[in-house]
Amino acid sequence: MSEIVPTDAAGVVAAVAEAYATGTPIAVAGNASKAGLLRPVQAARTLSTRGLSGISLYSPQELVMAAGAGTPVAEIAAAAAAKGQHIISEPPDLSAFYGTSGPATLGGMVAANLSGPRRVMWGATRDHVLGVTAVNGMGETIRSGGRVLKNVTGLDLCKLLTGSYGTLAVMTEITLKVLPVPERRGTLVLKGLEPGRAVKALAAALGSPYAVSGAAHLPAAMAARVPALAWLGGSVTLARIEDFAPAVAYRTERLKVELAGYGAAELLDDGASTSAWAAIRDVVPLVSEAGAVWRVSVRPSAGPAVAEAVARAFDAAWFMDWGGGLLWIAGPATEEAHAAVVQAAGTGAWTLMRAPETLRAAVAVVPPEPAPLARIARNVKAAFDPKGILNPGRMVAGL
Amino acid sequence: MIAQPEPKRTVMARRDIIVAGLRDLLPETGVIAEAIRLKPYETDGLSAYRQVPLAVVLPETTEQVAAVMAFCHHEGVRVVPRGAGTSLSGGALPMEDSVVLGLMRMNRILDIDYADRCAVVQAGVTNIGITQAVQGEGFFYAPDPSSQLACMIGGNVNMNSGGAHCLRYGVTANNLLGLRVVTAEGEVMEIGGAHMDAAGYDWLGLLTGSEGQLVVVTEVTVRILRGPEGARAMLAAFKSNEVAGACVDAIIGSGIIPVALEFMDRPAIHACEAFAHAGYPLDAEALLIIEVEGSLTEQDYYLDRIREICGRFDPVSMKVSQSAEESLAIWKGRKGAFGAVGRISPDYLCMDGTIPTSRLADVLGRIGEMSAAYGLQVANIFHAGDGNLHPLIMFDANDPASFHKAETFGADILKLCVEVGGCLTGEHGVGIEKRDLMGVQFTEIELEQQRRIKSAFDPGWLLNPSKVFPLKAELPKAA
Repeated sequence: MSEIVPTDAAGVVAAVAEAYATGTPIAVAGNASKAGLLRPVQAARTLSTRGLSGISLYSPQELVMAAGAGTPVAEIAAAAAAKGQHIISEPPDLSAFYGTSGPATLGGMVAANLSGPRRVMWGATRDHVLGVTAVNGMGETIRSGGRVLKNVTGLDLCKLLTGSYGTLAVMTEITLKVLPVPERRGTLVLKGLEPGRAVKALAAALGSPYAVSGAAHLPAAMAARVPALAWLGGSVTLARIEDFAPAVAYRTERLKVELAGYGAAELLDDGASTSAWAAIRDVVPLVSEAGAVWRVSVRPSAGPAVAEAVARAFDAAWFMDWGGGLLWIAGPATEEAHAAVVQAAGTGAWTLMRAPETLRAAVAVVPPEPAPLARIARNVKAAFDPKGILNPGRMVAGL
Repeated sequence: MIAQPEPKRTVMARRDIIVAGLRDLLPETGVIAEAIRLKPYETDGLSAYRQVPLAVVLPETTEQVAAVMAFCHHEGVRVVPRGAGTSLSGGALPMEDSVVLGLMRMNRILDIDYADRCAVVQAGVTNIGITQAVQGEGFFYAPDPSSQLACMIGGNVNMNSGGAHCLRYGVTANNLLGLRVVTAEGEVMEIGGAHMDAAGYDWLGLLTGSEGQLVVVTEVTVRILRGPEGARAMLAAFKSNEVAGACVDAIIGSGIIPVALEFMDRPAIHACEAFAHAGYPLDAEALLIIEVEGSLTEQDYYLDRIREICGRFDPVSMKVSQSAEESLAIWKGRKGAFGAVGRISPDYLCMDGTIPTSRLADVLGRIGEMSAAYGLQVANIFHAGDGNLHPLIMFDANDPASFHKAETFGADILKLCVEVGGCLTGEHGVGIEKRDLMGVQFTEIELEQQRRIKSAFDPGWLLNPSKVFPLKAELPKAA
């Protein structure tokens, strides 16, 4: 497969314009670190944005950072950290999960709209994308949003392009909202709860006035795979608080009292808290699983029922984040197991995160849109990419 | 004045047939076609523009909305969705040949789920109505536009409304989980739900802020949040806009994100103080209202830090509230700003642009120069944390020349916002007001891209006509 690696936005425009003229499909990628996610793309050529690298604007006091789509996420994180800030949606580092070595890029992070544990309090990655410059499937440059925190001028293409996996346009530059890193972290751990009780405890924590920014439950076997949690023995149910040191001390103490009915909570200190949540964010408990991995988003109280349903259908390894609203599930890479996950998810959202190519090509990897929306989706795809040359079939077969 | 398109003669000629057709679809009180009863729907919060519509329909269910949309699609009739009619950008301005689809009768709260922290409400529920329904359990709905007593959630979704607290809690888009919508062709679709992440395209994100161009929103699933233990405000007054701006930078740079960080310039301070007697210092050039949340001890901790930072900028005065009553008094002036300006001027235009906060002093300086050149007073209210500027331009609507000057002045301010790296609208939307300025921010290629997306949802361009997109140069001429 040949690869085009433009070093500037004009190069991306030229490459797409040529593909448009000849009607040649192209696979759009950064470093392809998440190529194992969703469906494989059939294209003779890859257009990589990794040459569009570098931070073009960083104004910490305005909470904004702009960078080329090919900028490594790690470079963004380091620049922000130097000013005491971070990407608050906590996007996962999936390099171990996918076994890839090329650094994940900003463009890939935004194109996949993956958000970590802090989603429950601070929103998804899409909530922090302020501006995008992109090249549509005709080789035209389009901008949406900007470098200011509030902007409702015209249709919000930032949100549409975020999570569109390069199927509508090739992002060349992205402006993010960044926020201060809290001074301190603290995590309460309840031990030995079964999933139903755990989600009730997490709902109480998330419904408390103490601004809980992480709420997860790991069954014993999963917790055993996270060094910061293994020593606790048994299942763990975690609630995180992040703020200035005195606030963390006060709120963890109060929350402990509020959750007393669920058992005596242990307190993970700043260091243990940081490493435990990084492991949850990066799906560490499922990295070594063979077979397929799904990500299911349902209403939080439905989480335990989803886990129970998939466990009945196959030998499932799973854990919950977002207070029960997000399940990571590993199981056999078969169409039967996939169907069981889809059925368990009900009206929630699901994504086939990792599986052999044969399964990814054979099944729907995200929920099919119902009839009127499927028509609109085709129209919108055509509005950006009339010849269907950008990442064809990446999300949905034939689109 | 902003030009409006010619009405469709074919529709105007069939008015009686269309009204009769609508009457077949709705309960008797659900269709308004008498001239005197159409009058209240002729304008919205941008009251300088008025147009009586062909008819008004007031459906009570999503199914009735779908029936109306299918009928209008079949008849080629344009539809203007309307909530409470509080849009400041003319987002609900009718056209002569259009049916206004009023959603105010869809005002029921359908479900509240505290465990999953969400509520399902119909589009005609007021913004404050959501918070009122859940505050007994200590919860609230975060976005709080100034019009929150009247404005409806359906309109909030369509305008992606903000408010004074979005620095911490985000705007409408950040507080939604799902929508029930009706397409231009009359089909009902569910978008999202009670779950937090969508797989596939982010329709929820695209539809939020789409100003009625893509679909009609009938139900909304919102996130509700548990309120903090308490909140408290402080005032800090400074000798210049530059110094106040630098102080805002220093607060944000210290790692503190207050829940609200509001700025007022000298004319705004004076207008608000005369109106509300909030105790604002009249010798200051700029005033900050800063609010923090948490327990009493936490509030003290944050306010001590913020006071220490403000102290480095040679403040004229500082006042930290010691009670809920004092906080209320501090907010009273700011929240009454529009009324306050209305008292000192017969009319005013409330503008809404966003600028990089680092350009605040520069922008206010240039607005001051324009104010002198146009001979019109202006007071500036600014959501300082997020760069959203609201200049209130004072004029006299009885004098057409004064109105024309005010509009031109407003357009110049918005062009300035774009020039310094900001945008045309932070939270009020484009509507008709800023429609013809879209070319200042976007290229024709970019506008065409947005128009194609509009066409993907609404191929006949029947939804909320003549808003958002500049009318094509070749305006259809009267037959």
